[in-house]
Amino acid sequence: MSLVNFTTREITCKIVYYGPGRSGKTTNLHYVYGRVPEARRGRMVSLATQTDRTLFFDFLPIDLGQISGFATRFQLYTVPGQVYYNATRRLVLQGADGVVFVADSQARQLDESLESLQNLQSNLLEHGVDVRTVPLVMQYNKQDLPRELILTPAELDDALNFRSVPSFPADALHGKGVFETLKAISELVLKRLAAGSAA
Amino acid sequence: MTSTLNPKFTFETFVVGAANRLAVTAGRTVAETPGSTYNPLFIYSGSGLGKTHLLMAIGHSAKALASQLNIEYLTLDEYVEAFHAAIAAGQGDAFRRRFQNVDALLVDDVQFLTNRKEMQAELLRLTEALQQAGHQIVLTSDRPPSEIADLDGRLISRFSGGLVVDMGIPDYETRVAILRRKADERGASFQPGVLEIVAKVEFPNVRELMGALNRLVAYQAVNDAPMTAEAARQLVGAGAAAAPGARGGGAAPGGDEFSQFLTDVTVTVGKAVEAWRARVAEAVLRWEGEGYRTTRLERLLDQETPAEVDAVIDAYVQDVERLRALAAEVAALDPQAAGEKVFRDPDRVAEAEEAAGRVRGGAAPPPAPSGAFPLAAYATGPSNQVAASAARAVIDAPGKKYNPLVLVGKSGLGKTHLLHAIGLELARRPGAVVACLSTQAFVDELIAAIDGDRVDWWRARYRRSTALLLDDIHLLAGKDRTQEELFNLFNHLLDQDRQLVFTAPAHPNTLDGLEERIVSRLEGGLVAEIGEPDRDVRRTVLARVLGQEKAAAEPALFDYLADRPAPTVRSLAGLVQRVVEAAAAQDQPVTAGLAREVLEGRAPAAGRRSAGLRTSGLVVSSAGGVRSREKMVWDWPAPADRVIEESR
Repeated sequence: MSLVNFTTREITCKIVYYGPGRSGKTTNLHYVYGRVPEARRGRMVSLATQTDRTLFFDFLPIDLGQISGFATRFQLYTVPGQVYYNATRRLVLQGADGVVFVADSQARQLDESLESLQNLQSNLLEHGVDVRTVPLVMQYNKQDLPRELILTPAELDDALNFRSVPSFPADALHGKGVFETLKAISELVLKRLAAGSAA
Repeated sequence: MTSTLNPKFTFETFVVGAANRLAVTAGRTVAETPGSTYNPLFIYSGSGLGKTHLLMAIGHSAKALASQLNIEYLTLDEYVEAFHAAIAAGQGDAFRRRFQNVDALLVDDVQFLTNRKEMQAELLRLTEALQQAGHQIVLTSDRPPSEIADLDGRLISRFSGGLVVDMGIPDYETRVAILRRKADERGASFQPGVLEIVAKVEFPNVRELMGALNRLVAYQAVNDAPMTAEAARQLVGAGAAAAPGARGGGAAPGGDEFSQFLTDVTVTVGKAVEAWRARVAEAVLRWEGEGYRTTRLERLLDQETPAEVDAVIDAYVQDVERLRALAAEVAALDPQAAGEKVFRDPDRVAEAEEAAGRVRGGAAPPPAPSGAFPLAAYATGPSNQVAASAARAVIDAPGKKYNPLVLVGKSGLGKTHLLHAIGLELARRPGAVVACLSTQAFVDELIAAIDGDRVDWWRARYRRSTALLLDDIHLLAGKDRTQEELFNLFNHLLDQDRQLVFTAPAHPNTLDGLEERIVSRLEGGLVAEIGEPDRDVRRTVLARVLGQEKAAAEPALFDYLADRPAPTVRSLAGLVQRVVEAAAAQDQPVTAGLAREVLEGRAPAAGRRSAGLRTSGLVVSSAGGVRSREKMVWDWPAPADRVIEESR
């Protein structure tokens, strides 16, 4: 994992949006894509099925330009949510600097979220990464749905957020909470870098 | 008319970056060796990039390295004004002389020479004169010489003949360093990332950068709360410069969201990545600017996540401090050796220690006072009371009371004794380096040093002495070079309150062949006269000399000898010597009678010799060859019969 390269003065952050199928990972990326000035974003690569489900993964590179003398780039990835694409998920997860776990706020999707969370944990372990050490934020998406269908952020925190990581209610389709989530994960990732260099 | 140097404008407060490193290095070189390397030094840059600061820093540094240097700083306008005033007062020549005697002339803003033909001619003349005399001239301008409109071609070639160097707009890192330093100076602290935001704006000069900092300081003071990066951005209008691309695409809906994100990330990166990098980069800039090798620090930057950054920097700074101390110590002994590269490379501290050790070993201390003249053996009495009490004052508080002390008296009165005695007492002080020698030896040493091309070394040797005592200062007469050196040394030591003591046969202002400036300096302290030895002195001297000869001091002998007229201590000692030798020759004890016999040639009242036999009173050494009776005059007429006929 080469996050900061002082020789070439580059910072590259790989952030993976993880979560169960149809929770809104790709929507997050689309929203970001729409807000990044053209000059700063690369081509968004999306391999989707005919029914618009992510088949392989989405990839959105963002060039933040020179920050403190460093060419700073963010690479945003999503994984396919469906259970049977686990090999792809594991592959995408490799070398991730931070993970955004996107959960579907609907009450009936809670089990899938839990399952996906466990899947994240085991996939990270396969890469030799302890889930407790990797920068992680939670996003409770689809908070715009009718109250009777969804769980509140507090309930979702109780159910999913065992590690008390930062969590954000979101409506990815309309952009609510998207940048807040991205900002939070970026900060975690970059702070970890500081801790690493100080050690 | 000369402006005083602003004490804040020193090299220490000058932030060095890639854009001005060459100029600063040249400036430092010039300050260290004025007149010998880049002469003239011509520095140009846009307004507000530090020309005046650098110019004054050269002045400060040169003055600190050689306090006797005469350094003038003035702007061209001041120079012109002074010139016009001088011409109006009919003092044109005095004006020229004044500037020709300057060791380093620092002229600011020479671009105003445009359309001033007469000033150009004047400056040309002055530059030539200063160059010929080996005096330094440093000029600054907002443009290179060739672009100063209407400038005399000869001046252009003069200026270009030295070193013409420019200073550019500081780069981002330097701007951050400048902001941090200035914020520190004002005791203002900002949240991480704030200064970086300001530094991102490419202000055309440092002055405007300072203006932006002032706004931040004022804003923060008024609002009584730490300023955020975003507020700073709005305050200084940094947005455009920070992310031109973002502004380019800013028309896209929700572009603000991304900008906000970018700002946040910038702050985070600033906190995270740049925190240690900035510390290292700052250290590199700082020490490189001061002329130290920074390889060790640069290696840190090559690493991805170096460990113990602060520890490495601390260790580096410690090494630099050690080198500084060594170089300063060596500079006092041998200025040339202090310039060696090894004193500029913190990775070679061990070698530097060795080099310093060599210099230390090689630098012989100046000649010390002779142990043969202890203060306890110095006889005092009314005739030398002033000198003796002055000597005690000097010993108690060297450099504070009578400086210089000049002991004046005829030969043989004990000046040398007192001089060395003072020297011995001063040498007892901790850390004292007392130079005590005859003027002749001083002259000879200088000649040898000139011969061996080691004048610097010679100078350094004396400059580090805590007291200088020179015997027989009148021997400097006619030795112009030694007088020059002594003059400089004199000033150097006096400036540092180091004691100076001299002896002379007569009042300094009556000595021939001494330069007025030396005489006036000698007169400026205390001139203490030592008179002919009085009875007290004579008795003390007798006691000492007889004691040395191990002759029993018979009171009658003592009284007799003490009453003998003796114009000097030396002659008194000579008398005793004669008596003692005669006693030894005749194998008799030293008695008053014998003394009288030897010294006066008259038999004592109850003399041993028959009344008829009269001797000449001449002492004939037992070892002498005049034994033949025929060759001796045995019978002399009685004194009354010794009539000297006047020949008419």
